[in-house]
Amino acid sequence: MKIHEYQAKQLLLKYGVPVPEGRMVESVEAAEVAAGELGLPVIVKAQIHAGGRGKGGGVKLARTAEDVKAHAEAILGMTLITHQTGPEGRLVKKLLVEEGLDIRQELYLGVVLDRATSLPMLLCSSEGGVEIEKVAAETPGRIVKAAVDPSVGLLPFHVRKLAFGIGLDRKVHKEFGQFVAKLVKLYLDEDASLVEINPLVITGEGKVVALDAKINLDDNGLFRHPDQAGMRYLDEEEPLEIAASKHDLNYIKLDGSVGCMVNGAGLAMATMDIIKYYGGEPANFLDVGGGASVDRVSAAFEILMADPGVKVVLINIFGGIVRCDRVAAGVIEAHGKLGCKLPMVVRLEGTNSREAGEVLAQSGIDFIVAQGLADAAQKAVQAAAGGN
Amino acid sequence: MSILVNKDTKVLVQGLTGREGSFHAGQCREYGTQIVAGVTPGKGGQKCNGIPVYNTVHQALTEQSIDASLIFVPPRFAADAILEAIEAGIGLIVCITEGIPARDMIGVHKALKGSRSRLVGPNCPGVISPGQAKLGIMPGFIHRQGDIGVVSRSGTLTYEAVAQLTALGLGQSTCIGIGGDPIIGSNFTDILELFEADPETRGVVMIGEIGGTAEEEAAEFFASAMSKPVVAFIAGQTAPPGRRMGHAGAIIAGGKGTAAEKMKALEKAGIRVAPSPAEIGKAMEDLLGESAS
Repeated sequence: MKIHEYQAKQLLLKYGVPVPEGRMVESVEAAEVAAGELGLPVIVKAQIHAGGRGKGGGVKLARTAEDVKAHAEAILGMTLITHQTGPEGRLVKKLLVEEGLDIRQELYLGVVLDRATSLPMLLCSSEGGVEIEKVAAETPGRIVKAAVDPSVGLLPFHVRKLAFGIGLDRKVHKEFGQFVAKLVKLYLDEDASLVEINPLVITGEGKVVALDAKINLDDNGLFRHPDQAGMRYLDEEEPLEIAASKHDLNYIKLDGSVGCMVNGAGLAMATMDIIKYYGGEPANFLDVGGGASVDRVSAAFEILMADPGVKVVLINIFGGIVRCDRVAAGVIEAHGKLGCKLPMVVRLEGTNSREAGEVLAQSGIDFIVAQGLADAAQKAVQAAAGGN
Repeated sequence: MSILVNKDTKVLVQGLTGREGSFHAGQCREYGTQIVAGVTPGKGGQKCNGIPVYNTVHQALTEQSIDASLIFVPPRFAADAILEAIEAGIGLIVCITEGIPARDMIGVHKALKGSRSRLVGPNCPGVISPGQAKLGIMPGFIHRQGDIGVVSRSGTLTYEAVAQLTALGLGQSTCIGIGGDPIIGSNFTDILELFEADPETRGVVMIGEIGGTAEEEAAEFFASAMSKPVVAFIAGQTAPPGRRMGHAGAIIAGGKGTAAEKMKALEKAGIRVAPSPAEIGKAMEDLLGESAS
């Protein structure tokens, strides 16, 4: 789960990590009040679930009260486009107004799960404010890493490795070490999957402060943190994806015309791939789960129908434990309930697939029945092209 | 022959009395698997479909001879169940559970090192040696006994590949779902090593997906230590970056873990990459034909 910068900073404060003083606001007036309380200059920052906000015009320095008003007016309600939002951008509804700091040095500090070692990995670089992917690609030698074993915890040598590794001023080593320790504690205790402080700044007075913050939380750990559920921000999620999540369906909207309904994530990805392979474009990723029950199939149908880009529906179910004739009955029931006018290609393989074929044939509905994955994809792509 | 499990493997089911556990344990037993005991805390002394239930893994081990544990425990208790099995020294642990927090799996991974246990999963369909034993949730009837090894991060896509192999008359020695999570017990390399050493496995099908670098590591292993032909398919060639595609581990992060990168690494190492998921079986058949001639 992604959270906003202001929420990430609330979590940082909970663990005693220094952040600039700031206020989250949702109107120009509130931004002006916040700036008055904080004292000028302030930074006005768009709150969206994407990076690259500065370059897109979503982060501005305000030296005067007029600046605050002008920037807040410009950013609130803007559709912010960054390299991470895609061309459609994100509508900005929240701002973070923060005190301006006297910045001496900008660094990068992150905690990620390193899949190669299965350990949390600290990443640190003297190149603050630059995307870590860019640093990794261009000057990988500037990134210093330290893997932390949670059963032992962060050790002094980890901190020395990072601090000496990036050539940090000796005077701030101690405070930097405390900062790193709190960050690692947050990462572990909050079930985070990513904590990124970019930039981490050393101020003129030698303070170590998290100027920006990005935190992703592990969805699988949410049950341990009832407070985290409130941090989900639905306005930035695709409405169809929200609807799908209510039915425990794994759905991701894409831009193509072949709507897919598949059981299992791997087969769902492979179905998208084979649509593309035969010259079509998938409209979505949709995993109805290994079981593919009638309820889930109905809900999945509804979601596919609601996407105006969908020209044909491809149902690809590999029945293992689930019986294909049951899935076929579910498809017919959902079809009757929702009155689908789109062409539907159905491929049911596995347990009771022959009975399923009979059930579909006797339904009176004009299903395009496919044999095998390649046949299903070709028929769906053909139907999508014909429907345009 | 086969790897990991065979007709003699004696299996404990942790979470036997739950809905998933009792149903799938029944299916496994029907397939011929020797399910000898179950564990559900608080239900020790009962019987579940004739199988004795114990409160702890330790108690089960004092009364039964056990080679492997199959875990159906819900996500919030699953890491604890795996650790209990590791502590008891069970040789093979297969965890089906989806949704275990990564934080918990960091601890499990650490506990596995230096232990006597091998973990397959979590978030996987399990392990099957066709005609001998099934420790998992895969449909047994699509499999056929033979000499092709299958290893995959997926569930239903594995069934798809297995069905293609079976339709071509290519039976399987053992099929292993290693799981779709970022932290898993056994990786491609671990399983490829076992297949390479298994005299009855002639070729291997490997099904990867976006996210992580396990496929790249497998490519390196293949180039340096494998003589048997390997066919691969990578799912997620059309997946958008930054999105989790169902599996917790299937995500292109920071431009890394793309299907294109993985396919390039595999091809460079000499692994045959099937261009379409419908041609996995065919690619294996072709490659075996070429190796024979």
